[in-house]
Amino acid sequence: MFYREAGDFKTRYVDDAQTFPIRFDRLRYYAVVAVAFGVVPFLINDYWANAVLVPFLIYAIAAIGLNILTGYCGQVSLGTGGFMAVGAYACYKLMTAFPEVSILIHVLLAGGITAAVGVLFGLPSLRIKGFYLAVATLAAQFFLVWLFNKVPWFYNYSASGQISAPERTFLGHAVTGAGTTAAAKYLFCLIILFALAWLARNLTRGTVGRKWMAIRDMDIAAEIIGVNPLTTKLTAFAVSSFYIGVAGALFFSVYLGAVEVGEAFGIQKSFLVLFMIIIGGLGSIFGSFAGAAFLVLLPVLLKNILVGQFGWATDLAAHVELMIVGGLIVIFLIAEPHGLAQLWRLAKEKLRLWPFPH
Amino acid sequence: MPDQLLYAMEAGLNGLMAGVMYSLVALGFVLIFKASGIFNYAQGVLALFAALTLVGFQDGQVPFAHLINAVFGTELHHFGWRLPAIVAIALAAGVMVLLAIVIERYVLKHLVNQPPIILFMATIGMAYFLEGLGDIMWGADIKTLDVGLPQGINETVESVTGSLLGYGFFVDNLDIVASVVAALLVISLTLFSQYSKQGRALRAVADDHQAALSVGISLRFIWVLVWSIAGFVALVAGIMWGSKSGVQFSLSLIALKALPVLMLGGFTSIPGAIVGGLIIGMGEKLFEFFIGPMIGGATENWFAYVLALLFLVFRPQGLFGERIIERV
Repeated sequence: MFYREAGDFKTRYVDDAQTFPIRFDRLRYYAVVAVAFGVVPFLINDYWANAVLVPFLIYAIAAIGLNILTGYCGQVSLGTGGFMAVGAYACYKLMTAFPEVSILIHVLLAGGITAAVGVLFGLPSLRIKGFYLAVATLAAQFFLVWLFNKVPWFYNYSASGQISAPERTFLGHAVTGAGTTAAAKYLFCLIILFALAWLARNLTRGTVGRKWMAIRDMDIAAEIIGVNPLTTKLTAFAVSSFYIGVAGALFFSVYLGAVEVGEAFGIQKSFLVLFMIIIGGLGSIFGSFAGAAFLVLLPVLLKNILVGQFGWATDLAAHVELMIVGGLIVIFLIAEPHGLAQLWRLAKEKLRLWPFPH
Repeated sequence: MPDQLLYAMEAGLNGLMAGVMYSLVALGFVLIFKASGIFNYAQGVLALFAALTLVGFQDGQVPFAHLINAVFGTELHHFGWRLPAIVAIALAAGVMVLLAIVIERYVLKHLVNQPPIILFMATIGMAYFLEGLGDIMWGADIKTLDVGLPQGINETVESVTGSLLGYGFFVDNLDIVASVVAALLVISLTLFSQYSKQGRALRAVADDHQAALSVGISLRFIWVLVWSIAGFVALVAGIMWGSKSGVQFSLSLIALKALPVLMLGGFTSIPGAIVGGLIIGMGEKLFEFFIGPMIGGATENWFAYVLALLFLVFRPQGLFGERIIERV
């Protein structure tokens, strides 16, 4: 009834090309942004920030990054954890080497460094395809984690081998270190996520995104119609790694504060982000958000129910969680291979016709 | 001969033995990939699950004891008997067949005609599910597996090399048993696929699904068969790895180690899985021996993957894989 195109006349090309062509969608988008920026920071407390919101925002960035590579460009990567580690360690080295520079610059530079590393590991993708590439990215995962473990320069020769974030401020508010408030952490991540999601959405709508999708759908055919596979695949690797690197930098500096590489950025992290985009929907920005929200909320929810309500042991609850996550992935792939984003699309299609479906 | 060379030879020999262990896991991958085009990530977890089930049966554990205790407040843990190894192995093999039937009926049947990457991701989901299931059924603590395989240093090898070279090599008995078992497994699998009716059907399915269907081969039966065989291979791998290093979560990670083996050998070749395993096993031991001390050690974590990566750049289909032909 409210959700329809009828009566929404477009008189300029700009109107026709906008991201949300339906007025209701547009208003909903503004409302979500307004609530996220204007309401949540005043209500947030430490529990919500640390358990739900900040990890959600950071994983959403990582999921968008992986979605660009896997969902849009069709190159499966299992090296996400390793690239997040690059972002985290780059950020750490920058933070300690140039303490007076704004943390935002450091985070973005960390993303840039990760992009360079990503391009390096993306080079074989020109020869290797499909599963072979997925396995080849495991080389990045294991090699990078090993590197950060073994070379003391990366963790500034600290005795424990850990890296921990010193206190740094953004616009006068501490966002890393011990003295941060929940709202500052949340807003800092939110600003970066908002900018990057906006960028990703527009990149994927434009020439670059269309080239990525052409390569994904059939690389040889794309090559014949004039898409350069070298630059296309490498830009996908670069952009994707940039996002993942930023996520890794935030994960270390804002969310965890102190990191041991094998524990925080192991192979499990690669799979977690991969699951996010599968459950959320490959090739969809909304899907990245939905998947990240789902897999951040699910463990919290299960833990609250199983441990909090039933009083089960935490290890048992963790195993049940593994089963549920695994089972859900299989169910999702059977029922809806395109994930939550497709359900959302279907719901919108239905809503357009409602209440007169004929 | 200089000592350094002797040590290197010993490291290489042990690497070969370790390679056999990787090959055992890789075999299961190849079987399923050939027959159904599915890249089965869950193979390592299958091995873990099989080993857990075996230990559980042997010790007479109550399945799901942890869960039952949590829900009903009981204090169950063991039935109080111990099964002989051979009975437990038979039962565990039975469970793997059952698992194959369940997987075919509730997962694979619904995913026919999906792109390979979706099937791959489904097997990752299955891997998580099975890992959780195994832990809930039998508990997550580290278990020792003992089915009566010989362990410890092989004295014959030591004395022979000792008298020939003046330095006795250390070779674990278990590794020798594993090599023999792997050889037997490959021979029997080859015989099965070449000379039995089901084996021929299996090869036909591997060649062309639709053509096989049209001459009356039941695809579903073949899939159950293949997954059962893969489950059995996983059980064998689980027994070997479990006897060597205990039954624990890290067992499922050997699946990851089997991936570079596959890439090196080619996804579709059984001999490739063996040769790839040997190359990886020996390569990583020798690399660790010569280069490892210079760059901080623990290179075994990544050497296999980087080797496979570099190798693939020059030969994308692996050593023995079928040539990849792409058409638009």
